[in-house]
Amino acid sequence: MNRLPITKTPKCLVGGAFIRSESGRVYPLQDSSGEFFANIPLCTRKDLRNAVEAAAKAFSSWSARSAYNRGQILYRLAEMIEPRAEELVRAIMTTQPDRPAAESEVQTAIDRIVHYAGWTDKYGPLLGSVNPVASSHFNFTVTEPMGIVGIIAPEESSLLGLLSMILPAITSGNAVVALTSHARPYSSILLGEMLAVSDLPAGVVNILTGARADILPTMATHEHIRAVYACVGKAGRTEIQKGCAESVKRTVFLDEEKTIDWHSESAQGLDKIRSFVESKTVWHPIGN
Amino acid sequence: MPAKRPNNPARELLFGDLWEFDPAPETADPNIAPRYQLFINGKFTAPKSKKYFDSISPRNEAKVSEIAHAGDSDVNAAFEAATAAFPKWSKTPGAERGKYLYRIARLLQDRAREFAVAETIDGGKPIRESRDFDLPMSAAHFFYHAGWADKLDCAMPGRRLEPLGVAGQIIPWNFPLLMMAWKIAPALATGNTVVIKPAETTSVTAMKFASILQDAALPPGVVNIVTGARETGAAIVGHPAAAKIAFTGSTAVGKWIQRELAGSDKRLTLELGGKAANIVFEDAPIDQAVEGIVNGIFFNQGHVCCAGARLLVQESIASEILHKLKLRMRHLRVGDPLDKNTDIGAINSLAQLQKIRDLVQGGIRQGAEIFQTECRLPKKGFYFAPTLFSGVSSSHRIAQEEIFGPVLSILTFRTPEEAIEKANNTPYGLSAGVWTDKGSRILKMSAELKAGVVWANTYNKFDPASPFGGFKESGFGREGGKQGLLDYAKLA
Repeated sequence: MNRLPITKTPKCLVGGAFIRSESGRVYPLQDSSGEFFANIPLCTRKDLRNAVEAAAKAFSSWSARSAYNRGQILYRLAEMIEPRAEELVRAIMTTQPDRPAAESEVQTAIDRIVHYAGWTDKYGPLLGSVNPVASSHFNFTVTEPMGIVGIIAPEESSLLGLLSMILPAITSGNAVVALTSHARPYSSILLGEMLAVSDLPAGVVNILTGARADILPTMATHEHIRAVYACVGKAGRTEIQKGCAESVKRTVFLDEEKTIDWHSESAQGLDKIRSFVESKTVWHPIGN
Repeated sequence: MPAKRPNNPARELLFGDLWEFDPAPETADPNIAPRYQLFINGKFTAPKSKKYFDSISPRNEAKVSEIAHAGDSDVNAAFEAATAAFPKWSKTPGAERGKYLYRIARLLQDRAREFAVAETIDGGKPIRESRDFDLPMSAAHFFYHAGWADKLDCAMPGRRLEPLGVAGQIIPWNFPLLMMAWKIAPALATGNTVVIKPAETTSVTAMKFASILQDAALPPGVVNIVTGARETGAAIVGHPAAAKIAFTGSTAVGKWIQRELAGSDKRLTLELGGKAANIVFEDAPIDQAVEGIVNGIFFNQGHVCCAGARLLVQESIASEILHKLKLRMRHLRVGDPLDKNTDIGAINSLAQLQKIRDLVQGGIRQGAEIFQTECRLPKKGFYFAPTLFSGVSSSHRIAQEEIFGPVLSILTFRTPEEAIEKANNTPYGLSAGVWTDKGSRILKMSAELKAGVVWANTYNKFDPASPFGGFKESGFGREGGKQGLLDYAKLA
């Protein structure tokens, strides 16, 4: 007799816990053959606010970790995902059945984690400076994480795209609240399950699912989110910037209407980290 | 061990009116024209709007000059000139671009005294400050950025810096020429061209600066200066040819600009308001701290976005600091900014004076205790006596809103944690001061304070090599240093 397999109820990751939306609403996800796959939570602005609260709690301890420790935790994440790569490949293939493409996406994603693991203790000296001021002062500029970064992930690339946006923010000690792809959420949900059992402290990365229209306006105006990193079209950029102006929030955009090569070297690096740090300059007199 | 300080306060030397200072006016000729046109495409151009407005001196309310009021078509002409100049300027080798900036720096040094007097007459700041701070620092900004122009590949590892296009820039009235230098120097070093608007009340040195650009033979259209008020600024912000907007001014206007630019893909940097905490611990060198507090709030009449407007004093030394501060304030000379002995000059405009008066009245109404020095203010002109509020709580308006005047609010704290909590309890995050003898505490405090600039055992220090800019609602982007350069470039 054929055993009936257990299907999984996909959940979001907030504060290290797996949650359904407080709204109780879901939307059905079909796989690539058009069969019902699962009900995905339709998160609300209340879920977003809860996620921001979790991120705020996580931020103080995550940003206080040593750069070495953050690097080790990110590398450990890559170590943990590597043996589970096939799970992620199959997760991507639920909606995108091209196996070689899915395998390549997972490999690049894991390599990208390693790339940023190596940045944690190097971006500081490259972005900061000791400044040769004309007066008798010791003057230096250091970088600090901004706080909570809101992310609107691309619709197309729900594993590599999402990770490529999360990693530069958390490398410097920010905490993240991300809304993942509406059409292809499952690999992000699985990624969330892997993040939850990694050494990354609970709440550093929070992943919500649902509709942009429900999340985006509140993400733009929420005062505790200090920067928004969004892969959206022109209408989305307009709405986000208008909302962000209320609290002079930093915005960084990727243009959804253009093709983004997530595999490219230019999709990672120091300038991405720079987008989510603040420069702080300190002066002190030199004397006896 | 040093002798224990007696409990009775330090003796005060009271000279009363025995020795009056003789007037010591600066007499160099400011060479101010009776009327200034717009500076577009390398030429002084009458405004198509045909409108002019008076610039008056806040020191005596006398008319200084007539300033052209740029309308939409004038702003349009400025952008056309800047757009036309961009291809050639951006392809000019960095070393050559740098040489123009060196020339500008030198020409500014040559005419520093003349410019300083003009700045003081037009804006009201003491001649001592315009002469010793604004002018040397303006020249230094051009000199510093001149050297960057051919080294742009070194600012960001692995990336080349490329110019953005035409930068639209809007600057405030508190450091008119210096803010112009902060904006123009990095924009030109990175190969951008510029349309810039000085503040309505302080256009004179900007237009004088245009003559320096002519003398330096800067190619026409690389820098265009349009004068005017709010509508002129709005025309710059909304102009489709602007690749970037750089604004220094109030947080309210900054938010308006950010909204206006929504969806435009223009780059934006904002340097906005502040309400800085100047934190004094009980182990601080008290006399130096008092000097630092005075400099922190009364420098430039308090018209400083990073002014140390909230003094946080550890409770154990609060009465000693308050006493010494009052003594020190009595020695501040308030009056004619052209007098070389003047410490505190004129408030920039009547509107600003009224705003300061309103906020001070509000402080009194909310129950804070006011102290003002007795000083004879000139009969004409806009002046405000140095003011100190004690017994202020964090919720008072004078502790929350930017006053932008010579008004200091004193709050107390017991522990470093409380100081940090109070210091960060504002939507702003531009600057902060920390006074303590303990090195580890300085590093801890500067890490915890949400501010772009932290002055430890000093205050209000600036340098072109040192990045300046805010956290939170004090804006984003930096000016100065390699960090500031990156805000005028795209990475290739």
